[in-house]
Amino acid sequence: MEQLKTIGRELAMGSQGGFGQSKEFLDLVKSIGEARSKAEEDRIVLHEIETLKRRISEPDIPKRKMKEYIIRLVYIEMLGHDASFGYIHAVKMTHDDTLLLKRTGYLAVTLFLNDDHDLIILIVNTIQKDLRSDNYLVVCAALNAVCRLINEETIPAMLPQVVDLLAHSKEAVRKKAIMALHRFYQKSPSSVSHLVSNFRKRLCDNDPGVMGATLCPLFDLITIEVHSYKDLVVSFVSILKQVAERRLPKSYDYHQMPAPFIQIRLLKILALLGSGDKQASENMYTVVGDIFRKCDSSSNIGNAVLYECVCCVSSIYPNPKLLEAAADVISRFLKSDSHNLKYMGIDSLGRLIKMSPEIAEQHQLAVIDCLEDPDDTLKRKTFELLYKMTKSSNVEVIVDRMIDYMISINDNHYKTDIASRCVELAEQFAPSNHWFILTMNKVFEHAGDLVNVKVAHNLMRLIAEGFGEDDDAADSQLRSSAVESYLHIIGEPKLPSVFLQVICWVLGEYGTADGKYSASYITGKLCDVAEACSNDETVKAYAVTALMKIYAFEIAAGRKVDMLHECQSLVEELSASHSTDLQQRAYELQAVICLDAHAVENIIPSDASCEDVEIDKNLSFLNSYVQQSMENGAQPYIPETQRSGMLDTNFRSQDQPEASLHGLRFEAYELPKPPVPSRIHTASLEPSTELVPASEPAYPKDTHQVATVPSVSDAGSSELKLRLDGVQRKWGRPAYSSSAPSPSSSTSQNTVNGVTQIDAAGSVISKAHKTNDSRKPRVEISPEKQKLAASLFGGSSQTEKRSTSASHKVTKAVSHAAGKSQAPKSAVVSNQVTVEKTIHQPPPDLLDLGEPAVPSTTPSVDPFKQLEGLLDPTQVSSTANHGAVGAATESPDIIALYGKTPASGHSSSAAISLPTNGDGVNFTAGLLDATLSTAHAGTTLPTQSIKGLNAKDSLEKDALVRQMGVTPSSQNPNLFRDLLS
Amino acid sequence: MGIRFILMVNKQGQTRLAQYYEYLTLEERRALEGEIVRKCLARTEQQCSFVEHRNYKIVYRRYASLFFLVGVDNDENELAILEFIHLLVETMDRHFGNVCELDIMFHLEKAHFMLEEMVMNGCIVETSKSNILTPIQLMEKA
Repeated sequence: MEQLKTIGRELAMGSQGGFGQSKEFLDLVKSIGEARSKAEEDRIVLHEIETLKRRISEPDIPKRKMKEYIIRLVYIEMLGHDASFGYIHAVKMTHDDTLLLKRTGYLAVTLFLNDDHDLIILIVNTIQKDLRSDNYLVVCAALNAVCRLINEETIPAMLPQVVDLLAHSKEAVRKKAIMALHRFYQKSPSSVSHLVSNFRKRLCDNDPGVMGATLCPLFDLITIEVHSYKDLVVSFVSILKQVAERRLPKSYDYHQMPAPFIQIRLLKILALLGSGDKQASENMYTVVGDIFRKCDSSSNIGNAVLYECVCCVSSIYPNPKLLEAAADVISRFLKSDSHNLKYMGIDSLGRLIKMSPEIAEQHQLAVIDCLEDPDDTLKRKTFELLYKMTKSSNVEVIVDRMIDYMISINDNHYKTDIASRCVELAEQFAPSNHWFILTMNKVFEHAGDLVNVKVAHNLMRLIAEGFGEDDDAADSQLRSSAVESYLHIIGEPKLPSVFLQVICWVLGEYGTADGKYSASYITGKLCDVAEACSNDETVKAYAVTALMKIYAFEIAAGRKVDMLHECQSLVEELSASHSTDLQQRAYELQAVICLDAHAVENIIPSDASCEDVEIDKNLSFLNSYVQQSMENGAQPYIPETQRSGMLDTNFRSQDQPEASLHGLRFEAYELPKPPVPSRIHTASLEPSTELVPASEPAYPKDTHQVATVPSVSDAGSSELKLRLDGVQRKWGRPAYSSSAPSPSSSTSQNTVNGVTQIDAAGSVISKAHKTNDSRKPRVEISPEKQKLAASLFGGSSQTEKRSTSASHKVTKAVSHAAGKSQAPKSAVVSNQVTVEKTIHQPPPDLLDLGEPAVPSTTPSVDPFKQLEGLLDPTQVSSTANHGAVGAATESPDIIALYGKTPASGHSSSAAISLPTNGDGVNFTAGLLDATLSTAHAGTTLPTQSIKGLNAKDSLEKDALVRQMGVTPSSQNPNLFRDLLS
Repeated sequence: MGIRFILMVNKQGQTRLAQYYEYLTLEERRALEGEIVRKCLARTEQQCSFVEHRNYKIVYRRYASLFFLVGVDNDENELAILEFIHLLVETMDRHFGNVCELDIMFHLEKAHFMLEEMVMNGCIVETSKSNILTPIQLMEKA
């Protein structure tokens, strides 16, 4: 057999004169093709770059040669190396007059350059010229380039010409002009906003290709603004109807489906237009139902259309019959052996359960199979489905599964995704707070660095607020369990920073609250955390503040504080830290433990993190003091705005509202006047020293600065201190606001602030808990899978629907739809009359509904169905992929041929010339060979075309290749293997 | 957008054709191709032909030694893309006759021209083989 082929190749050689490519190029391709490793390939390409750099700038390179160089540049970039040295030559090639060279030039430029590249400007002129060309192929080439190279700035240069081309006589040009306009719309919607009506016009184009292309921009437009296009519903429906009735030219058929890609896009558009619109949806029911019935469910493409139908049905206003049809399709998908179909089934199930939640139940086992499938893609899709059908009755099972999966994967992107979903579900449906905390622990432990910080704040708030108002016992139980779980976890290595922050905060607030653990035990643990995270200042800060809280609670409770040795050394270390924040906290700690119980209780009240901190912005509590000082001769306070000339401008905060201050000052700066501030200074120091005696050595300056502007709001004063930001705020506030109800320490204020910023989700959680607490998944005593099924699906019929997204209100009646659609329809009809008779197929009148006669012959007996018994059905289903081989008249011949082959098992001489195959090539032994081999090969793809028809071609090619020196028997025979065989 | 990129890669992971519908730098392309090729080539025949990658999906299909990989947005119909790949192969097959890896390598620009006819702005615009191939045939004659 091989020998025969080879002889054929040799014989066929004479007829053709090679690929028109130089030996050099063929050698390059050959060596790249045979490269065994990336390193080898890189070596070849680097060598090629050197060669090309030399050669490409030589003078007087023949055009053909230059084209080859350009392709070699494309190779270089494709294989990941920089070919920018040759870009200019590609640009030059676009100026060429020969179409092939011009198009190659454009191709290379679009592959090399982004639309903001400097060289583009050199092409704009060429494109403009080419758009005016008489040769429509040149115009097409230019329009291709327009779609890739024109950016927002150059759109105006092209727009008028592109718009003119929308009316070009060649359909290929109209199609590309529409897409160019689409591109402009993508790049800058405003630039073409006045031209949007052109898309509507082109929808009625005589040429189905132009119509099909127009659906792309229309889809985008409708996605953004549904309401302006409701009038087109009738048109889209009628087009879809005609496509489904095979009114388009046969060349659009694919595997016997009439224009499936156009059908799919139309279904997508209808799904948008019918969403939540009963009236629009009612127009669609018939045609979608028809497609459901007509679709060939044995081919991939048929299933693709069916899937799109399901998507459409689950988006438009529900119709019981269609929902039923969709459910049937889904169950067929799920029962299929093909993983692809299972995947589509899971996806469509996720869409349909919004409409009919009960459908999930009948597929529970199939879903669980998919969940346990080793295929990651299928698994993820199933998790997506589970996410959509989670409710309070099954949340525990689902979230547990998700977490297990999350732990098992490494892909950070997906880990983040699934972690945030776990958090979302847990927050929404948690059956108990205890479960919630344990779940969050797991999420934090394994994906803490990936989840949003807000989640951590939410968790802290939940622990602080507990169930809410009344149930104190439950709250403290919750906290105890949190503390317990954290003490258990804290020893684990490499916990994420966010999680450690939560742990420190909770241990600080509640570690000793229930008396189960001693202060020294908790503080020891906290010191360990701080030591373990020597690089993480935030965690250290949380830990130190937690230590301070523990000590403060101890002091307030009247117990004697014995600071652990390690704590002492930690605090000492931190008080010399480079971080002013850590320093600050360390000094705070040292100061607090020297205070008496009463003072401490005021500074850090126990369990007060939920109390609001009231801030007296007027500092009215200082009034009596100010009065007293003024009586003693102090100068009255001058508001900052009036003080501008008196103080050094350096002392002013940068962001004062007055614009004048930002302008240049032309007069010389005044000398600073020391007596004014200094007097206030000494006076203002007193109150702070009274309240916080420990503070004065470290922070006299800050207190002074604050005190200089006592009547300015708190925010204003904090701006004054400029560089010592964190330091001042923390000490300043307790110092002069001690009369406020809850002067908790700086850090707890921090957290309180953090928590109060969070949205209302937390309160929703606690509500959800109360209602859902009683419901537990009922677990049956049966095989594991059934158990899982029951816990996943069991409660579905009696529990509440989760999302309200399925609610369909009839938003708007499209009363004018009928009237408007008349206009385009009549336009088309009149166009129809003028169509020339030279066109082979009758031009499809896309908007004409009246004509029921279908011109094309639909084979009443599908020839390929009959083949199923003879060949593997998966292969047979697609034998028809040469679209032309569809007519029923040919089928007997083919069947006869196939009927013979398995019986004889020998090369037959049956030479049947297929009229549909352009060349009329004889069937040779190759046919039998091909069909037999496909029948046996385990690895063949589900769709196969009738191969072997072109045996001659392959022989010629092989021979040619041999002649060029590329021998198939060398290293990489794969290069020669036909893709479709 | 729909289609973000189309790649042809052989089973050693070497790129045979690359067309991106959104601009990526050379480094980004290199990294992306490396990542997804590793992902897809590791899969078995029984597994789905779809792989999620970052925020999009890859639909792939193997023909002899060559993998066709198409990166699409999440709302794209995967099965349709799978058939689009087959349509592309059939179209190339009609043009080259028993198309093989070497045909694509020797006629890289023609494979690109076909793609240019079939996909614009990341959308499938033409599915009629004769419409796709006519301009290319005319150009050869010219």
